[in-house]
Amino acid sequence: MIGSGPSTGPGLSPANMSIERHERRYGLALALPALGWTVAFFLLPFIVMLVLSFAHLEGREVVQGFDTGNYQRIFTEPSLLKGIRVSLEITLVVTILSVILAWPLAWIIAMQVPPRWQRLALMLAVLPFWTSYVVRSYSWALVLGESGVMMQALIGIGALDAPVQIMATRAATIIGFVHFFVMLLTLTIYSNLVQLSPNYARAAADLGASGWATLRLIIIPLTLPGIMTGAFLTFVLCIGDYITPQILGGNNELTMPQLIMLQLGRRGDFPMASALSIVLMALVTLAYAATARWLKMDRL
Amino acid sequence: MKTKNKLIFAATTAMLFSMGPLHAAEELNALVWCDHTDPALLQPFEEQHDVRVNVKEYEGTAAALALIEQSRPGDWDVLVIDGVDVGRAVDLGLLAPLPADQLALDSYFPEVVMEENNTRDGVIYAVTEKFGYNTVAFNRSKVDPADMEDMTALWSGKYDGRIAIYDYYLPMIGLVGLEQGVATADLDAAAVEGLRERLYALKGAARQVSDVVSSQTALATGEVDILYGGGEWLTAVLNAENPDLDWTIPADGGLRWAQSIAVMADSERQDLALEFVKYITSPEGQARLATSSCFWGMPANAAAGDVLTDEQKAVLRWDEQADYLSRTQLYPVPDADLDRAMQDLWTDMLQQ
Repeated sequence: MIGSGPSTGPGLSPANMSIERHERRYGLALALPALGWTVAFFLLPFIVMLVLSFAHLEGREVVQGFDTGNYQRIFTEPSLLKGIRVSLEITLVVTILSVILAWPLAWIIAMQVPPRWQRLALMLAVLPFWTSYVVRSYSWALVLGESGVMMQALIGIGALDAPVQIMATRAATIIGFVHFFVMLLTLTIYSNLVQLSPNYARAAADLGASGWATLRLIIIPLTLPGIMTGAFLTFVLCIGDYITPQILGGNNELTMPQLIMLQLGRRGDFPMASALSIVLMALVTLAYAATARWLKMDRL
Repeated sequence: MKTKNKLIFAATTAMLFSMGPLHAAEELNALVWCDHTDPALLQPFEEQHDVRVNVKEYEGTAAALALIEQSRPGDWDVLVIDGVDVGRAVDLGLLAPLPADQLALDSYFPEVVMEENNTRDGVIYAVTEKFGYNTVAFNRSKVDPADMEDMTALWSGKYDGRIAIYDYYLPMIGLVGLEQGVATADLDAAAVEGLRERLYALKGAARQVSDVVSSQTALATGEVDILYGGGEWLTAVLNAENPDLDWTIPADGGLRWAQSIAVMADSERQDLALEFVKYITSPEGQARLATSSCFWGMPANAAAGDVLTDEQKAVLRWDEQADYLSRTQLYPVPDADLDRAMQDLWTDMLQQ
């Protein structure tokens, strides 16, 4: 009899419960490798890093304990504090610029390009992904240099009388980042746009909305999950990136990853590197909290 | 055998032969500067001893000591270290004594034997392998060479925005100290702090602060015309492409860098490690190390002159070494606290 006993639960026969238990165990077994991987290579290292961030260096020896000195230094020493500020400024500018450039590109590919050409258009949009990240950054160094393609072209068409310095500035870092992240955002926004039913725009038109109003009030809000997911990924990858500012920024200001590498590579100060990494993770967590309501990965 | 099978057989055979060192009987682990990662340097030793040399490169003694501390005893067999820092490694008990009778010190340039650094109580713990200079490298076609004979020119405003600073705090703080009349041996906490404003002003005049590769790129592409802290190690590899790239030791002097090589005390392959040291300091090893793809530098063993070509010796300025050696000072030798103070100052300067 269905649902006759307290142990079987309402509406489930013992046979169904057995199937459900089996499926649950099967699901758990499938998830175990990924779970084990995450515990071994994220959770445990994170705990080690957290513990190490409260240690300190005496001479060249790491002394374990609960010492908040590293965190105090991060928020009081101007050079370390500036690292946080520089990282945040660059990341925010990159994220905003990338969204502004990626949205129209994704919209054109999704709405204006015939479906049979969309795959090719997307492939062309992400073509730079095919090259190594380091090679791409060095390529930008050659493009942005005074004798580089861009400067020579600008001088050639008379837009500039003499080369101006872009390489080894924050602008170079931002250009390198934006080039990379526009591709990423284009993908997330595109995948969101192609899922939108054309009926939304038709309904808006029926109700008298102009094209601009439809875009502003209907389409863009509906693509917020794609925008915010891409923006969050951009934020995470950009604020934690070492290569681009190192190659294009000319060491004229240091971001947090550069400061972390300085602690590891030069000073051998693993506790301070850990503390800086924890602060970096805290910033990412804050970014997640700020965007969580729009982050719908399943919509992509 | 069909053509396809022949191709597969040939490809497999070629792959197996090319992977020789991967299947070597033994392995040797060396903690090194990047010039030791050149396959052209390692290959003859690997083939001769049927060994694979695993190299881990680092930059700065503090980083090397941290890596060793994080490793298990015996992980490392060979250590390449700044000559001035050998004493620190000896104090930490990291280095094994080397047998004097098996080292080719007799044919060394006398000035770079550096007995006071490599020896403790009559026991040799390391041997110099390569040396060179951190001074001023520049593009002769863009800069007045006469200006480069006085380091003060870099602060004069004439070359603002055309200077790159080599991103290594030890020689650079030493160089700025020399410009201010402070010998490297006299650099203490107060003297280092006294260089703060001068360093900040230098940063203000510079276009970038960069590592070896970025500095080379900037000088080669004309992004900068001067590399402060550069020397033959930087311009030598670019010389063939652009003979205008030059370097000098100004009247204020310059810094002399010297690398030493040592066997780790905890190594379980002491004999093989010693053989590696002997290979690196042999004329052939020295010539290959001097012209390594990462950076060039003078071999410590003068006998390498028999192996190097005349062109290579000209680029290294072989015949001018007596003058250069007399006008340069060794790197500063900071203790842990001073080292930290110097690095703090360097980070502050970078963030200006």
